[in-house]
Amino acid sequence: MQALKAMVRQPAALFGLIVVALVVFLAIAAPLIAPYSPDEQMFDGLTLEGAPLPPSAQFLLGTDTLGRDLFSRLLYGARTSLVIGLVANGIAVTIGLLIGILSGYMRGIVGGALMRFTDLMMAFPALLLAIVLAALLRPSLWIVAMVIALVNWVQVARIVYTETRGLVERDFILAERSLGAGHGRILFHHILPHLIPTAIVWGTLGIATTVLLEATLSFLGIGVQPPTPSWGNIIFESQSYFQAAPWLVFIPGAVILLTALSFNLVGDALRDILDPTQRGRG
Amino acid sequence: MVFLLLRRVVQTALILLGVAAITFLLLYALPADPARMIAGRSATAQTVANIRRELGLDQPLLVQFWSYLQGLFQGDLGRSYAQKTDVGALIAARLPATLILMAAGIAVEVVLGVFLGVLAAVRRGGFVDRAVMMASFVGVSAPQFVAALLLLYVFAVTLAWFPMSGFGTPAHVVLPALTLGVLGAGWYARMVRSAMIDVLNQDYVRTARAKGLSSARIIFRHALPNALLPIIAMIGIDIGQFMSGVVVVEAVYGWPGIGQLAWQAIQQVDIPIIMGVTLVSALAIVLGNLLADILAPLVDPRIRAR
Repeated sequence: MQALKAMVRQPAALFGLIVVALVVFLAIAAPLIAPYSPDEQMFDGLTLEGAPLPPSAQFLLGTDTLGRDLFSRLLYGARTSLVIGLVANGIAVTIGLLIGILSGYMRGIVGGALMRFTDLMMAFPALLLAIVLAALLRPSLWIVAMVIALVNWVQVARIVYTETRGLVERDFILAERSLGAGHGRILFHHILPHLIPTAIVWGTLGIATTVLLEATLSFLGIGVQPPTPSWGNIIFESQSYFQAAPWLVFIPGAVILLTALSFNLVGDALRDILDPTQRGRG
Repeated sequence: MVFLLLRRVVQTALILLGVAAITFLLLYALPADPARMIAGRSATAQTVANIRRELGLDQPLLVQFWSYLQGLFQGDLGRSYAQKTDVGALIAARLPATLILMAAGIAVEVVLGVFLGVLAAVRRGGFVDRAVMMASFVGVSAPQFVAALLLLYVFAVTLAWFPMSGFGTPAHVVLPALTLGVLGAGWYARMVRSAMIDVLNQDYVRTARAKGLSSARIIFRHALPNALLPIIAMIGIDIGQFMSGVVVVEAVYGWPGIGQLAWQAIQQVDIPIIMGVTLVSALAIVLGNLLADILAPLVDPRIRAR
């Protein structure tokens, strides 16, 4: 609640919050709002020559190359993006937390090995790895989510590792240990709660990264497969046509940008609010 | 210092070995069957089996990995399944184009980033500052392929200032380099801004001001050099981002670099090429970080003293 109040006072964060809420609402209410079915190829959705229609009163944002309503497809595409954002990023943050805590808490071989493994993953070009996996796995929505999660946990693990290392050195952990608390108790009752702000911040910022990655994979034709609408594959399907029908590329593009930007703004504001040491820094 | 450097070099080698192992395992574990892809759809089971034997794909995993590693140590990245040529030669032929693109992209990023960062720091809290901060957020939130298509639409289709795609003249580099550089510049601007603010608050800058030096001289001669250090580390880290971005940008602009090579290879399940490009990219990332570590103390004597 406190966080929400603090956020409303910053114009940028407030803007982000409103857009995020709007996107979530539109995604949930898509069947109620969408004027047409997203998959319906309408006869009057194309010109006589078979070209897509520009935005008009009948088709708010125009139609695509198959005569489908772009507005309806974008609404349903929001569902795809948000589901992948939540699932993929949820998994990534969970893996990152787990590996980060374990490698930060455990000294010796196990902790060291986990951290070397994280270093190793840092050396992979993330998008290239995702492209390789997605291309060779013949992706469905869930496979795409998995691929993104597999690529995105690394950064979270790094940050959690650093924070856990700092926490382990603190006096209250030492006191707890000398009182005879077991590893499980220290990890879950004393270390994990301190990491929740980090998890929330990365849970939000990560959705922006995920939405972008999903769009990029779909744009390359190896993400979510048509006819399931996703913001990336709408652009993929019409990119060869984009000189004649630029709205088919730039409207979904603007939607992706706005959504990613909003999650970034909210995440950044959350970081300022939840972590006072970062406040006012570049 | 020398010992520390040696340790980093050994670490780098180990990381590369790990990258090779993971790439190999991933591609081995995946369901796509290269023998079937090469043989084509109408091939008999016998043909597919023959191809599999020829490529050594019927050998156990460890044997395959060992022979792959042996090749690597001799600089042999294997042979492309589809193009029947040396992967090393294919990558070597494509690498210059990618390096040109990366160099141009990094140049755009650094020049724009430093300029905006200094401007924001000097006018701290003002309109320019807030605009730069906001622009940096837009930069990291924009999908690269949309930016690429937008630049293409405005400057190649509508204004016809630059060619749509291809390679060869300096004009061909402009749009791909802008795509790679402009989006990332915001983040550089943020780093330069906060480093500049730290430096501008230091005593020696106040002394310089008290001596009556002009603002421009203080900012560019006295403050900026000390604020540039984070940029070096940032470029090192950024190479990973660039290697990823290169795939998308090369796909949109038809730029004949290793990103395009990898992209074509993925569609043909040409595993040796995919592994080769991944390995070369990882090498670039690791070397980038190593180079940043080596350069930092050369640029800033304060680090040498530690």
